[in-house]
Amino acid sequence: LSFLECSWRFCGRFKALWMKAALPDFKIRELTENPIGGRIIAAFFPPEKERLDFPSFVRILAHFRPIGKNRSRDRAQPEQANSRTGKLKFAFELYDQDRDGKISREELLQVLRAMLGLQVTEEQLRSIAERAIQEADLDGDGAISFDEFKKSLEKVDMEHKMNIRFLK
Amino acid sequence: MTWATLQIELSAKQKNRQFSILSKSKPLSVQENMQELRSSAHSRRSEPQFDMGDVIYFCRKGVESIIDDEVTKSFSAQELESWNLLTRSIRRFPHRGLRLTLLWGLGVLIRYGILLPLRVILAVTGIFLFVILSTSVGFLPNSKLRFFLGEKVHLMGYRFCVKSLTAFITYHNSENRPKNGSICVANHTTPLDVIILANDRCYSLVGQVHRGLLGLIQRAMVKSSPHIWFERAEVKDRHLVAKRLCDHAADKTKQPILIFPEGTCVNNTSVMMFKKGSFEIGCTIFPVAIKYDFRFGDAYWNSSKFGLVHHLLRIMSSWALVCSVWYLPPMNREEGEDAVQFAKRVKAALAAQAGLADLTWDGGLKRTKVKDAFKEEQQRLYSEILLTFFLSVSLQLHYIGNQVNPLPVFT
Repeated sequence: LSFLECSWRFCGRFKALWMKAALPDFKIRELTENPIGGRIIAAFFPPEKERLDFPSFVRILAHFRPIGKNRSRDRAQPEQANSRTGKLKFAFELYDQDRDGKISREELLQVLRAMLGLQVTEEQLRSIAERAIQEADLDGDGAISFDEFKKSLEKVDMEHKMNIRFLK
Repeated sequence: MTWATLQIELSAKQKNRQFSILSKSKPLSVQENMQELRSSAHSRRSEPQFDMGDVIYFCRKGVESIIDDEVTKSFSAQELESWNLLTRSIRRFPHRGLRLTLLWGLGVLIRYGILLPLRVILAVTGIFLFVILSTSVGFLPNSKLRFFLGEKVHLMGYRFCVKSLTAFITYHNSENRPKNGSICVANHTTPLDVIILANDRCYSLVGQVHRGLLGLIQRAMVKSSPHIWFERAEVKDRHLVAKRLCDHAADKTKQPILIFPEGTCVNNTSVMMFKKGSFEIGCTIFPVAIKYDFRFGDAYWNSSKFGLVHHLLRIMSSWALVCSVWYLPPMNREEGEDAVQFAKRVKAALAAQAGLADLTWDGGLKRTKVKDAFKEEQQRLYSEILLTFFLSVSLQLHYIGNQVNPLPVFT
């Protein structure tokens, strides 16, 4: 069932989404309980833009398509949104909010704080972040670039963990 | 109309739950999901720590919520699988040929030209007769005759209303019909639920005092039969409300009280959280499940979109109001069960009977925000994964430390 075939269902959902960007409180209740709900919404909007149009919405959701069985066709376009690289790029941009191509210590701390909230102390938070950077940072510049990020996730099964299937 | 009722019974037995476009695998907890993510990445990891890939789990859940979530779906009109010739049920008019458009046009003529006026006339006559008869019965001295006539007048009024809506109701399991001196709970889709249920036997209603036409009807009702109407100020005082309900229910000769524990209208694909107030009183509860067949017209009252009169006109200009009512066997609060658990139990039985999805979300979410406690719960679950690893690592180090330094006793 191709993405575009489902497009008519999205019309209503998508209206709720692009209007919500201006509101601090979410209209989708289940997204409110997600610790990184705000970042996910921000990921849909390109920088400096306040409104989302339907093609951009679909383009973002394309990251979550399962990788096609017809490998030879995909190989011709390695930069497809739903390729492994595309999915990794989406996850990378959840961390890298200022889009400078690197995840700095501050950015990592921000994500950790969002995911853990008040459940851990500041000390524990810093030590977790420190260890994560030490393990992933190969060239020693104190930040994680996209290639280092890819390397640290090389064993994670992105193809299955980051896809959403539709009912036929 | 036997065909229609057969259809309802069939569809209620089939999976008639919320229509979801996502294929969700078996729902796992946060912990289980994280284990899956991590085990695929690091099989022999002795020093667990925060993994950069942990964010993927939250990310996917978030996007799934954006595409399709339970709560928004429950507060908007149901989706139809095939069109029922009512433009209000679909987003865009399907231009599929002249014949369909002609059929639709014919439908509009019949509905607005013939059905609607007839129904309005019936409704007005019914209300008029009811108000007059009910007030006159109220003048009779307090006796069995008055009670008997009061019931008859009420039933007549409701039957008129039901005919005016052309409602085709099937009552199942009438042996479980609510008895006097108990409480009846039902799921709430539209204010007309009251009329659907009261068509079969008389109930005592609970509600706020209104002004205008509705207030007039309320005052007329009270004259011939006991109902519980609250002033706006009294509603805030929970103890007062509970006391009045208790007093009424304790009197075994009085009619059962009809309560809708969800507190708001939900679109008949799911049942939302039941508020515990009516389950604390301690008398027998008779659950009743109502399921509308939305192919003939959507009965859900979206109070943020249109008001009551508009809603009534919509119902009167649909094809018909077809529904099934199931009376469930009475339930009592068991030993050691508190009101919240009892409410959950009743809700589960009701949802199972009518084929509705059983949700734990609060119906108040129609108008209010989600509490931060839900987000904190997710954060807590995730932090437990990280912190238990910390604990196990420090314990391991402690153990290794002991092993390296042999105890002096043995040397």
